[in-house]
Amino acid sequence: MTAPAVPPAASPAAPLALLAELTHRCPLRCPYCSNPTALTRPGEELDTAIWARVFQEAAALGCLQVHLSGGEPTARRDILDLVRAASEAGLYTNLITSGVLTGGAKLQALAEAGLDHVQLSVQDAEPASADRIGGYRGGHAKKLEFARLVQASGLPLTLNAVVHRQNLDRLPQLVALALELGAGRLEVAHVQYYGWALANRDALLPTRAQLEAATATVEAARRALKGRLVIDYVVPDYYAKRPKSCMGGWGRQFLAVSPAGRVLPCHAAESLPGFDFPNVRQVSLRWAWEASEAFNRFRGTGWMPAPCRGCERAEIDWGGCRCQAFALAGDAAATDPACALSPHHGVLSLAVEAAVEAGFEFTYREPQKVPG
Amino acid sequence: MTLSGASVPRLGRGMKLREDKARGQWVVLGPERMFVPDEIALEVLRLVDGARPVDAIVDDLATRFAAPRAEILGDVLAMLEDLAAKGVVAT
Repeated sequence: MTAPAVPPAASPAAPLALLAELTHRCPLRCPYCSNPTALTRPGEELDTAIWARVFQEAAALGCLQVHLSGGEPTARRDILDLVRAASEAGLYTNLITSGVLTGGAKLQALAEAGLDHVQLSVQDAEPASADRIGGYRGGHAKKLEFARLVQASGLPLTLNAVVHRQNLDRLPQLVALALELGAGRLEVAHVQYYGWALANRDALLPTRAQLEAATATVEAARRALKGRLVIDYVVPDYYAKRPKSCMGGWGRQFLAVSPAGRVLPCHAAESLPGFDFPNVRQVSLRWAWEASEAFNRFRGTGWMPAPCRGCERAEIDWGGCRCQAFALAGDAAATDPACALSPHHGVLSLAVEAAVEAGFEFTYREPQKVPG
Repeated sequence: MTLSGASVPRLGRGMKLREDKARGQWVVLGPERMFVPDEIALEVLRLVDGARPVDAIVDDLATRFAAPRAEILGDVLAMLEDLAAKGVVAT
């Protein structure tokens, strides 16, 4: 790959955060996993030194935070070195974990290495259901134990609950669990339907009644727990009239680096065809961000088709999600079908109708298995 | 939260005040969020160390900015209560 010596005249604004997907290895098998269906093998993963360079480059580029994610980031044997490298680069270091591989000694070592914050996933508030959704027996109990270790360590804790038809009715219990575990923040995230989740959409899409109850629960809990628990709520596209501002716009605020080193505008973008995503093995993060064709393709508003072009919301939602446009309209450059103005908007309500009739079986995430 | 001159504020759990050189500003970083304090809030946050009571913070500001102490006390208390509601500071 040839990199120009000078970036384009109008450099894009600096990114705020880096998502570092350290590995795709994970003991859990969640059917809505955000990893691509083609998982990266351990032998292809970046080594410690390259990640350390990436963290330095991210900080120099203007990133303030790094999210160490995966797969399960603590499956990396060098996780302590990686946390130390991120912290020494000056980045606010967040560990996004399932919690099932980390005991007290390791957590203490992570804190001493400079970890700033822990985000722990839970699959449900009810243990048997949580273990079934995660595809990992005994996982929920391990997570509760891990959360108590985090609480004792003094590190701040966020509880992340991905919600869908099979756990949404227990949202009040999830809020109670966040309080019980001493979390300062709860992320209630409706499943985003790409990759594995798209393959499991029929088993996961909530009903409208569930969604309305959940939204009311969140609003009431926010009022009642103001100053005690911050609740972030990711709403589901399939009942939306307008698309979400995906990643705050392509190449505007965030970048991700995949386990194999590909630099991506979002972690799901790797599944889009027709892209030559830059790799940190060959180029600097700055070049990838400022000059690569992949980052510039959907940056700003110039690429937009109708009905985005000229829309008063063009710089609010930035055309929505490119991955969803590809998944549902077959064209990554189309308006996100979540927008009611998209000619493809009807496919969302058809999917909702189909899911109501569907069963509850999952296609679990597995290496070497590509869902149909 | 009700604060008084005797309260001893500190940064909230997981909150860090640091310089953002790329954008020429100071920011408070927290769990997956950030706050950009205005000039006055930044002056206050620089004095929030978990040891100084609000009264000492107000004395410092009143001296440096040559402003009436009672007015500064009211402003600082209102600002700290707002920051506490966001989790940026705690007592």
